[in-house]
Amino acid sequence: MELSVNTQAVAYLVSAILFIFALKGLTHPASARLGNFYGIAGMVIAVAATLFGHEVQAYGIIIAGVAVGAVIGIILAMRIQMTAMPQLVAALHSFVGMAAVLVAIGTFMITAHPSAVMMGELSAGVIIGAITCTGSVIAFGKLQGLLSGAPVKFTGQHHLNAALGIATVALGIYFAMTGSVWALAVMTLLAFVIGVTLIIPIGGADMPVVISMLNSYSGWAAAATGFTLHNNLLIIVGALVGFSGAILSYIMCKAMNRSIINVVFGGFGSGDETGDPNAGAQAASRGVKSSSVEDAVYWMEDANKVIIIPGYGMAVAQAQHSCKELMELLEARGVEVKFAIHPVAGRMPGHMNVLLAEADIPYDRVLEMDEINPEFPGCDVALVVGANDVVNPAAKEDKTSPIYGMPILEAGKARQVFFLKRSMRPGYSGVDNLLFYKENTSLVFGDAKDTIEGMANALKGLAH
Amino acid sequence: MSESLLALYVFVLACFIGYYVIWGVTPSLHTPLVALTNAISGIVVVGALLVAGFEQAGTGAKALGFIAVLLASINVFGGFLVTHRMLSMFKKKPR
Repeated sequence: MELSVNTQAVAYLVSAILFIFALKGLTHPASARLGNFYGIAGMVIAVAATLFGHEVQAYGIIIAGVAVGAVIGIILAMRIQMTAMPQLVAALHSFVGMAAVLVAIGTFMITAHPSAVMMGELSAGVIIGAITCTGSVIAFGKLQGLLSGAPVKFTGQHHLNAALGIATVALGIYFAMTGSVWALAVMTLLAFVIGVTLIIPIGGADMPVVISMLNSYSGWAAAATGFTLHNNLLIIVGALVGFSGAILSYIMCKAMNRSIINVVFGGFGSGDETGDPNAGAQAASRGVKSSSVEDAVYWMEDANKVIIIPGYGMAVAQAQHSCKELMELLEARGVEVKFAIHPVAGRMPGHMNVLLAEADIPYDRVLEMDEINPEFPGCDVALVVGANDVVNPAAKEDKTSPIYGMPILEAGKARQVFFLKRSMRPGYSGVDNLLFYKENTSLVFGDAKDTIEGMANALKGLAH
Repeated sequence: MSESLLALYVFVLACFIGYYVIWGVTPSLHTPLVALTNAISGIVVVGALLVAGFEQAGTGAKALGFIAVLLASINVFGGFLVTHRMLSMFKKKPR
């Protein structure tokens, strides 16, 4: 059975509509799962329409490729831990980027007389796809800890990137005009290099922006492929995905009060925090109060409300399940418990929400920054679990601070603040947290998971 | 109207749709959004199928086509499945 061109086009249109509904489904958790199924349906129709179209005549390679890809994809998706979600997403982005590059080059190889316009579109696909690919590989490395989270900087870096960029585009134009294969090859290589040099200077905790950016690029790569193949579905999907990533990047940057230029070219941040056995002593010498688990529990056991602020530290310590247990124990005592999420907490937009959802914490207890900030003044205890810069009042008070202007969670307005930290080392930004030194703040040192489990145990042992 | 211009029409309109639909996504679902858009970007599989399915393709093109189909398939199957896993976790407290 072979579909006519028009039937295929209608099928693609249905597919596009389903994809739009898929994204629309994510406006609310209740409709989200259905949205995902719309997406799957859209993909099935798109693939079927392509397979039954007149362009596809040889099926052996396709069946082999799909079979192997499906097995790998399903195994990865089933086994991945939610805390490794950012890495998985980075890896998948690199696959899409590479696929776009291969499709562009493959299309060039099978097209008898490519026009200059087509070769230009093809170049765009190769360049964007290659940057997405290697950029995502670097992001993966940083997230997985294979590469240092600290930004890699060297003098002349930006000039190098600019030079590479200009050379790549120039080669693309040359290729479009002449069809020269070596120009295509060198351009591809340079684009791969740019992906590396572009992402390597970005610090580990700016990854939420990087991932959103690469997500966006993968969309534009798909769109470019669509222009090359005269396939409207690819163009539409590419635009949807491209904008999704772009909007998320914008939201992340606003949430940090840094421009996208600053994030991509600024080389901000110092790297990651580690534990320190002398933390307590160091703290005391700097005028910071430290508390034990029992002290914190004493404050929480009869509190009216406890607001928990998770950060990347909670993800690292895998403490989300312990937080759930703590929440249940507190609620059994009549304490209201809520979670406060800052837009850039974690390593991916919405990272904390997913971890809390994994711990079975109902989403109506998890509030975004703008919703929860008004509740801090009336709240007895704020518990900061592995978060740092997002509660640092220096962002409001200290004009010289690198994080000045960033909107923060107003944890300092709670009656009492407890910080769970591994050591006195500053967080990602390298900036000292002014909240530590406030009257109503105290630090509880130790691994987040152990500390929270300790709190839970202490609560269990209390009489009512 | 030329084919390229028509494609441009489609692209521009799709951009507007993308802009308005994505701004509606609630922040708590941003991670599933990234996962879902990632799965959807596996649509490049269509391009890969066109290359791999071309009967007169040379060995080089066939090889590239195979790898492209493979990579895109990982994205499609893995992407939708992991999105499904994540979304299944978001629930309200049973009352």
